[in-house]
Amino acid sequence: MNDSSPFSGRPLSRRTVLGGAGTLAGAMTLPAWARGADLHDAAIRPGFDEVRGTDIALAIGRGMYRVEGRAAHAVAVNGSVPGPLVRLREGETVRLTVHNHLDEDSSIHWHGLLVPFQYDGVPGVSFPGIRPGESFTYIFPVRQAGTYWWHSHSNLQEQTGHYGPLIIDPAGPDPIAADRDYVLLLSEFTPMHPHAIMRKLKTGEAWFNRNRRTNWTDDYPLSGADRRMWARMRMSPTDIADVSAPAYTYLANGRGPRESAEFLFRPGERIRLRVINGSAMTFFNLRLPGLPMQVVAADGLPVRPVEVDELQIGVAETYDLILRPGGAPAYSIVAESMDRSGMAVATLASAPGLRAAVPPLRDPPLLIMADMGMNHGGMDHGDMAGMHMDHGAAHDMDAMPGMDHQAGGDQGPGAGHGSDHDGTGPAPSASMAGMKMRDTRLLPPDVAVGPGIDMVAMAPVEKWDDPGVGLRDVPHRALRYAQLVALEPGPDPRPPSRRLEIHLTGNMERYMWSFDGRTFSAVSDHPIRFAFNERVRVRLVNDTMMAHPIHLHGHFVELVNGAPPGHQPRKHTLIVQPGASATFDLTADAPGDWAFHCHLLYHMHAGMFQTVTVMPPQDGAA
Amino acid sequence: MSCACPITAAWLAATCLALAAPVLAQHEGHKMPPADAASADHEMDMPAETPAPGQMPEQRSPHAGHAAPPQAGSGPPRAADAVWGAEAMRASRDANRREMGAMRWGWLMADRLEYRAGDGVDLGLWDVQGAYGGDIDKLWLKSEGEAEWGRRVHEAEVQALWSHAIAPFFDLQLGVRQDLAGPSRTHAAIGLQGLAPYQFELDAAAFLSGKGDLTARIELELDQRVTQRLILQPRAELGLSAQDIPELGIGAGLDRATLGLRLRYEIAREFAPYVGVEQSWRTGHGADHARAAGDDPSATQVVVGLRLWF
Repeated sequence: MNDSSPFSGRPLSRRTVLGGAGTLAGAMTLPAWARGADLHDAAIRPGFDEVRGTDIALAIGRGMYRVEGRAAHAVAVNGSVPGPLVRLREGETVRLTVHNHLDEDSSIHWHGLLVPFQYDGVPGVSFPGIRPGESFTYIFPVRQAGTYWWHSHSNLQEQTGHYGPLIIDPAGPDPIAADRDYVLLLSEFTPMHPHAIMRKLKTGEAWFNRNRRTNWTDDYPLSGADRRMWARMRMSPTDIADVSAPAYTYLANGRGPRESAEFLFRPGERIRLRVINGSAMTFFNLRLPGLPMQVVAADGLPVRPVEVDELQIGVAETYDLILRPGGAPAYSIVAESMDRSGMAVATLASAPGLRAAVPPLRDPPLLIMADMGMNHGGMDHGDMAGMHMDHGAAHDMDAMPGMDHQAGGDQGPGAGHGSDHDGTGPAPSASMAGMKMRDTRLLPPDVAVGPGIDMVAMAPVEKWDDPGVGLRDVPHRALRYAQLVALEPGPDPRPPSRRLEIHLTGNMERYMWSFDGRTFSAVSDHPIRFAFNERVRVRLVNDTMMAHPIHLHGHFVELVNGAPPGHQPRKHTLIVQPGASATFDLTADAPGDWAFHCHLLYHMHAGMFQTVTVMPPQDGAA
Repeated sequence: MSCACPITAAWLAATCLALAAPVLAQHEGHKMPPADAASADHEMDMPAETPAPGQMPEQRSPHAGHAAPPQAGSGPPRAADAVWGAEAMRASRDANRREMGAMRWGWLMADRLEYRAGDGVDLGLWDVQGAYGGDIDKLWLKSEGEAEWGRRVHEAEVQALWSHAIAPFFDLQLGVRQDLAGPSRTHAAIGLQGLAPYQFELDAAAFLSGKGDLTARIELELDQRVTQRLILQPRAELGLSAQDIPELGIGAGLDRATLGLRLRYEIAREFAPYVGVEQSWRTGHGADHARAAGDDPSATQVVVGLRLWF
């Protein structure tokens, strides 16, 4: 395509191209290395081209990628990072032939797509993977529309550039009308090898965190008692991102913040911005100072429009936004990493080269007691500093919502249990004595208790009103899951016939991550099983102090977030806030084996991964 | 060598137990139904067992009545075998099991590599440890020693330990210690290493020598960040013995106590030069032994060193 384009973001053409044309064009423009030639250290282009049609060729290769003066070996698809925008059309059957030019196995997973399981692209679960020098053809009918992405599911390649956007045009008219249509893919660049990152995480000492609490010189609003309390627990209120800047440079469409990706607009236009978090480890808080944004789709599917000023996008989530830029010559699109160690920056510009001021990073946020699942006293109204933590642990607990495993019941756990989080102060101090951070009696019997669990959420509640770490005290409107309402009615109105509870477990110090206390290594032969078309209410309980973006392959899950009946938002990836629970309804209608995992790459690699097996329809069933 | 001081021995044992108690108590609370125990074993050493379809109990049901229906099937996930063949799937399936939760890695740290100046004798000290293994089980090696700068080695030892995670923040360590300077001694070693409340790094170990002598050592360190790179580290070390060991110059009871304060600057996380001061005391019979050898039972040293790890 157009390499010389000055923008990373060309508007997506509203025109459709007949199938076949894409193949030819794709083959003609493949760089030499992608056709099998060995061009060691070939430079990788930032930004992405577009491939479309029903017969698409993709080539995975290695090269050197440079961002703002730092270089690293990277894995690129069709020669760019991110890889090409794969543009599909609902209702068509597509053939994607992926050639692996690496000297190691590779794969492509189509994130959020409802495909036959054998084409889902997870080595060892859905297919054998793509061997070095070999190619693999994915064939599947396109059953949905919207904003998605794709990435490697092999050997941490996703960290090194093996990802790209995927857009599906609807078969009929698009419910989201816009004058211009742009993709903003957020990710990270690092000069470090991903295995080196994993090892640093395992060997500890909070290697990546440069915003740690210090004894006399930090500005954190923590009292001496707070500091002693955190130290006593052997935990850190600044433990918000496992990997962060400066090890990471945050990217917008493959470009660093100083290289600022650019999207053009004319005042008064309706701009559709498809935001994809294609990072390995980073939650972003995204805003355009001076310009509200209307959220119109989440994880590819339309939602009732919600106007906000900022939103948190977890790893692997997507949001479609409608922007109505006014008279300003340019607007900055600022995506701060959740721990505020750095930001990705892009610009909405009324003419090429125009720039708006980029606000400096805000002060790094802190975790609070509620992030440990201590929600005693209710979080009904904002002021968390008013929480009284002096109860003697267990005796109050029986009365806590959620503790009796009545995850929602039939009426749903309901939005509004969470707090508004306005004015979230520092953690309450004092009176923490006697509290148990790790009362394993609170865990259901099928959770394996061991060194891999350093915390048990005392009173986990649903926090659909939590906008996420860093956004709890911003002076403007931040998106909350409670606001997401599906535009279209859900396909399965049945009430759930079964409940399932899965605990997200971990040990920050040892960097162990698991479901129900067992890493994938321990349960690789013991999948989570569903009968065909079974409707199940699944409650995820986060017994850690990190937010986990949990992704189920091959299905959308419906958040039990208090949305009107039949309009629970459907997502492929769901953030479970620290110390909180999150409940979803699932119709297990896609037979096969599916990956189910935390989408923080190094959490998955540490073992926070499971297989979900959906049985095929049986005689008389279905 | 007979135990000259039963009270000390009892106190020593009590100290070790007291140190271990919270950890063990934490461990005791675990509910480990048989199925879980099997899984936990699996997690540790990953036997290449063949899956036995139908053997798994109905799992993942947090409470009665919420079990998966029979139509959910049983056994390991093998849907892809029907499409691609079991043989084709094997390698990637095995790789997933190895990589996601059974990773092994190595780590080497020189916590103290230092030059010590005091009382006219220049000393060099090393305190190095390394480990290799997974989340739960590791081979752990330690070496510590002191030498006159460029001359005689006063003390030197190596330990080889099996380190097993028994609690979120603690490893139990079992193995042997070999003394390399002075009278050659081999000891059985049992210890506890990890992170105590308030972020104290704790390394406590008891040693039973081939001669029957029981000794113990307790080390505590605390990293106090002054800035993101400047770290003040108080350090305490106690040497204990259940009996007098004249040929080693060790006295029964608290033989020696050391307090140190080091200020390091992390040029990189893994590379931090430091300066510090250390005061050590020989006490009780230990002090007598020191005096008999012509040493001052109380010594203050200025230290300059490097903390390294990778």
